Amino acid sequence: MATVLGLYNYWIAIFLMMTGFYVVIAHGNLVKKIVGLNIFQVAVFILYISMGKVRGGSAPILAEGVTSYSNPLPHVLILTAIVVGVATTALGLALVIRINEAYGTVEEDDIHSQDEPE
Amino acid sequence: MQLGQHLPILQVVIPLLSAPLCLLLRNGRLAWMFTLAVSWLVLAGAVWLLLQVLAHGTVSYALGTWPAPWGIEYHLDHVSAFVLLIVSGISAVVLPFAGKSVAREIPADRVSLFYTLYLLCLTGLLGIVITGDAFNLFVFLEISALSSYALISQGRDRRALTASYHYLILGTIGATFILIGVGLLYMMTGTLNMQDLAARLPAVTDTRTVRTAFAFLVVGISLKLALFPLHLWLPNAYTYAPSVVTAFLAATATKVGVYVLLRFVFTIFGAAFAFQAMSLGPILLVLALLAIFNASTVAIFQDNLKRMLAYSSVAQIGYMVLGISFASLTGLTAGILHLFNHALMKGALFLALGAVFYQLGTVQLTQLRGLGRRMPWTMAAIVIGGLSLVGVPLTVGFISKWYLILAALESGWWPVAVLVLLGSLLAMVYIGRLVETAYFHAPPEDDREVREAPLSMLLPIWTLILANLYFGIDTSLTVGVARQAAALLLGVSP
Repeated sequence: MATVLGLYNYWIAIFLMMTGFYVVIAHGNLVKKIVGLNIFQVAVFILYISMGKVRGGSAPILAEGVTSYSNPLPHVLILTAIVVGVATTALGLALVIRINEAYGTVEEDDIHSQDEPE
Repeated sequence: MQLGQHLPILQVVIPLLSAPLCLLLRNGRLAWMFTLAVSWLVLAGAVWLLLQVLAHGTVSYALGTWPAPWGIEYHLDHVSAFVLLIVSGISAVVLPFAGKSVAREIPADRVSLFYTLYLLCLTGLLGIVITGDAFNLFVFLEISALSSYALISQGRDRRALTASYHYLILGTIGATFILIGVGLLYMMTGTLNMQDLAARLPAVTDTRTVRTAFAFLVVGISLKLALFPLHLWLPNAYTYAPSVVTAFLAATATKVGVYVLLRFVFTIFGAAFAFQAMSLGPILLVLALLAIFNASTVAIFQDNLKRMLAYSSVAQIGYMVLGISFASLTGLTAGILHLFNHALMKGALFLALGAVFYQLGTVQLTQLRGLGRRMPWTMAAIVIGGLSLVGVPLTVGFISKWYLILAALESGWWPVAVLVLLGSLLAMVYIGRLVETAYFHAPPEDDREVREAPLSMLLPIWTLILANLYFGIDTSLTVGVARQAAALLLGVSP
């Protein structure tokens, strides 16, 4: 039981990850898929950020009398990954706008049925 | 040689900085010439680096002079130098073709934007190959992926948009899986440098975290390299993208994916862990054979030739993965060799289809009737490229198949060797369909004047076709480098 509760940060990350993944797979609306993808990515950010925490460690700033610091590297890594995530979302939404202009809908089924007759 | 020392980083920095400069040019023709010059410069650098690696062994470059485990290290060995040559070489051949093709397929006001994206994509692909840092690899992967989504969406058909969207969703899931895997590895070892990871992992391999990391990485990378059944994004993306983009991505992007797989499985985790503890061999073997047969069969029934070749690409990736799944020196040599050879044949074939599209405005099989007489040079190129795809002697395809079968027999799996031969027969069927239509059918009645493609298109196509024949006869360079690369990955002497 202690391990289950002690690892709560991972449970949150996995719950969010699977939620996002489910939304990507189950929804036919292209905008909602992007939202799901976002949740999925954010779960991974949380996984990274929580792994940098050192129990009893202070913020990673040099100070008198502090010997244990949290690891700042995962935070830096995830800043990069956040930028990548923003770029992906922007590009995805831009594509959805173009799809909406071309097909007049953002529902996957409708798009499919429009392309079918050819 | 001050500049020579910095060549590894220049390979990435030059195209990266050229991209915004290209954006400023506005004029499409200028942007094209600028991109061409950059690409040839990068090729010269890649050739120089490969010679360097062949002469003196591994080249290592510390970014900002921060020493290796702390700073990002660029690490070039036989494997990466060889793939670097493939990527930059294909780009250098595709770009002369691009001038006319892009001018016709992309609206004039977007041409300079197109080349900006192209340079970014090239940057990403080169960066993946050259870097020695696992997280840096993820960043370059996303640079190349994001720019290729945008490039694919530039196709004229509106289905290019949905193809690009689906690629974006699946590609991002794949990349995020890789990110999870890298994170879990960092959690266990506290390092991101590939050499350092390889040194520290054996102490912790027998943990659930490392096994999970391995699973995430293999699935994520398989999505990127379009291994069956994770290939669903590929056919539409290749079919509806502009001709130049299809030729460039088909010849480079999936190859770089295979490189990433090799890097993670062999360099970081090590063959012993991947193939004995995790039994990756049989999994890859079965998926590779399924890819070969499923995709080749589907290719036979396609009427859109770009889609036919896209499915054929999925099958060819199967051959590469098949070589890797043996985890033997000959098998790995065959896989790496096919990386190079397939880039040559698919590059040539997709460029030739680009030339057909330039003249006809379509690549539907029925529209190609009698084209052998009206575009003799282009069609002859398609025939030779097709024969190479089938694996006829004197072409590079034969060399790949030869080593694959050799590797299968060496491992004592003769049924696999038989299946490889059967797979070639399937390729014969779909290439045969194309040849029959182009040469043995009368041209359609309502005839427009169709002429041979311009010389600026024929030259790149025939450069690749002649390379197909040359490397099919003189294999000392390709097999030599592939063998050394394979030995390096397995940690044995060649």
